[in-house]
Amino acid sequence: MSGAIDWLLLAEFSLVGLLSGGVLALIALGFVLVYKGTRVINFALGEFMMVGAYLFWTANVFLALPWWAALALTLAGVAALGALVERFVLRPLAGQPVISIVMATIGLGAVLHGLAEAVWGGANLSLPELLPRKPLLLGEILLPGQVLWSFALAVALIAAFTAYFRWSKDGVSMRAAASDPVTAYAMGIDVRRTQRLTWMFAGVTGAVAGIIVASMTSLSPSLGTVALGVLAVVILGGLDSIAGAIVAGLIVGLLESLTVAFVGGQARDLVPYLVVLVILMVRPYGLFGTRDIERL
Amino acid sequence: MTAALSVENLEVVYHHTIQVLRGLSLEVPERGIVALLGANGAGKTTTLKAVSGLLPLENGAIGGGGIRFRGERIDHVAPHRLARRGIVHVREGRRVFEDLTVQENLVAAANALAGRAAQPDFALVYGYFPRLAERRRQLAGYLSGGEQQMLAIGRALVAEPALMLLDEPSLGLAPLVVEEIFGIIARINAERGVAMLLVEQNAMAAFGIAAYGYIMESGRVVIDGPTARLVNDPDVQRFYLGYGEQTTEVASFRDVKHYKRRKRWLS
Ligand SMILES: Nc1ncnc2c1ncn2[C@@H]1O[C@H](COP(=O)(O)OP(=O)(O)O)[C@@H](O)[C@H]1O
Ligand SMILES: [Mg+2]
Repeated sequence: MSGAIDWLLLAEFSLVGLLSGGVLALIALGFVLVYKGTRVINFALGEFMMVGAYLFWTANVFLALPWWAALALTLAGVAALGALVERFVLRPLAGQPVISIVMATIGLGAVLHGLAEAVWGGANLSLPELLPRKPLLLGEILLPGQVLWSFALAVALIAAFTAYFRWSKDGVSMRAAASDPVTAYAMGIDVRRTQRLTWMFAGVTGAVAGIIVASMTSLSPSLGTVALGVLAVVILGGLDSIAGAIVAGLIVGLLESLTVAFVGGQARDLVPYLVVLVILMVRPYGLFGTRDIERL
Repeated sequence: MTAALSVENLEVVYHHTIQVLRGLSLEVPERGIVALLGANGAGKTTTLKAVSGLLPLENGAIGGGGIRFRGERIDHVAPHRLARRGIVHVREGRRVFEDLTVQENLVAAANALAGRAAQPDFALVYGYFPRLAERRRQLAGYLSGGEQQMLAIGRALVAEPALMLLDEPSLGLAPLVVEEIFGIIARINAERGVAMLLVEQNAMAAFGIAAYGYIMESGRVVIDGPTARLVNDPDVQRFYLGYGEQTTEVASFRDVKHYKRRKRWLS
């Protein structure tokens, strides 16, 4: 090694970090969808991830269903969970101060956490390895197969959602309802339905992210804590910007990976919060968001 | 023949306390254009919100009276259902979906056709408003004020309405643009047979296309009649058309002596 920096190591950790940021971007998308669609910050998104992963474990490991059937059941389950939350937690709170709604989602997270512990126990479970391990060699850089595939999955899902919002009639209606619900109602849009759909989609993105994370690490009731760090950075990207969410996910992935490489594993969880602190001092409205800060 | 819209003794309260409409009554005949005029804060927008069902979304409630659409009671029907039945509200301030394109605004408006056999006729909208056709892929937020008003009316047109509620379509627009838009509103009425309740501050523009007018003050109608008669009424001229003698003696239309008005109606 000639200089103080090992360039190869830097390149490898940067790439791995960006790639593992794909899943984080998926989580970020879950926050942004719900915020854009219903002006609510869903603090329970991490618990949606966790519940999704447990549902998948139950179907795939406990009931020994093939992975695709287990996945279908899981997605149906979390979509139903999202719809129920919208109907029985958020709709009764419509028109209440933002802080009450935020507290309700935090409370919901705690309830889901407790339920998961009661049903599945607090011990670590493990999902089968769903993603191929075969690494990719780029010159001298080695990219682990799981990281690569998780990135590909996340990109595919984000692209699918983006296309849906851009081109489908329901997607257009959801965007209209998100930007001006009262006018949307006057145009014949069933805004309650678009809001329910929004929560169902957020459940689905959360569950997929949860399954990916659990299959690469392990499954416990605290699986969802990773979402909080992502949220911190999403707020930076601007809660209503999908592009911001993607960038936020990639940044967290990159910085976490570099921290692990050059500082040590313990510092890793601090990274998102440090980033937030620094950027908020420079750009209080986030990197991409609208100046809508009073809603936070 | 039953009216397209009839409002009877409507009372509206905001936040359970602030009474804004106090027994308002009006009618819009099928295929007719009716103007609803009045000063700022009189309750014109509130009247439209009551008809289109938006009131509960803004902390308002109907406290008395009733609203009928083609003879059927429609108070307490959800707004998206009213839109699907053919009542569309073009809201004050245009309210286009700014981060959607022109075309996407129209696609969103096609939700009002849900449950009807009709397919959205975007060509019809672009026929009335060729300038929107040129800008169909642009974000609505970047349109000029006049173009945004055209888009707001175009969205309503997609819904194949039986009744259009238009809230101050002239607001903030240059006189030439107002003339153009009012011309198109009149054409839509004549060619599509759409009944219209037209709220305006610009009384001259409204009288130009409406057959009948209501003037309201503090939540009730103070004078109404065919527009041909209203334009020649000295009190209407003084208070709403901005000519006649400048006077500060009478603070409001209601202060004009009752018998004086009555006499003229009877003559
Ligand atoms: N959402 C609301 N909450 C409370 N008061 C309102 C609300 N909307 C309108 N008002 C009040 O009702 C009155 C009539 O308003 P509006 O119907 O908008 O009048 P106009 O359209 O004739 O100018 C005003 O005094 C206004 O302040
Ligand atoms: Mg008004």
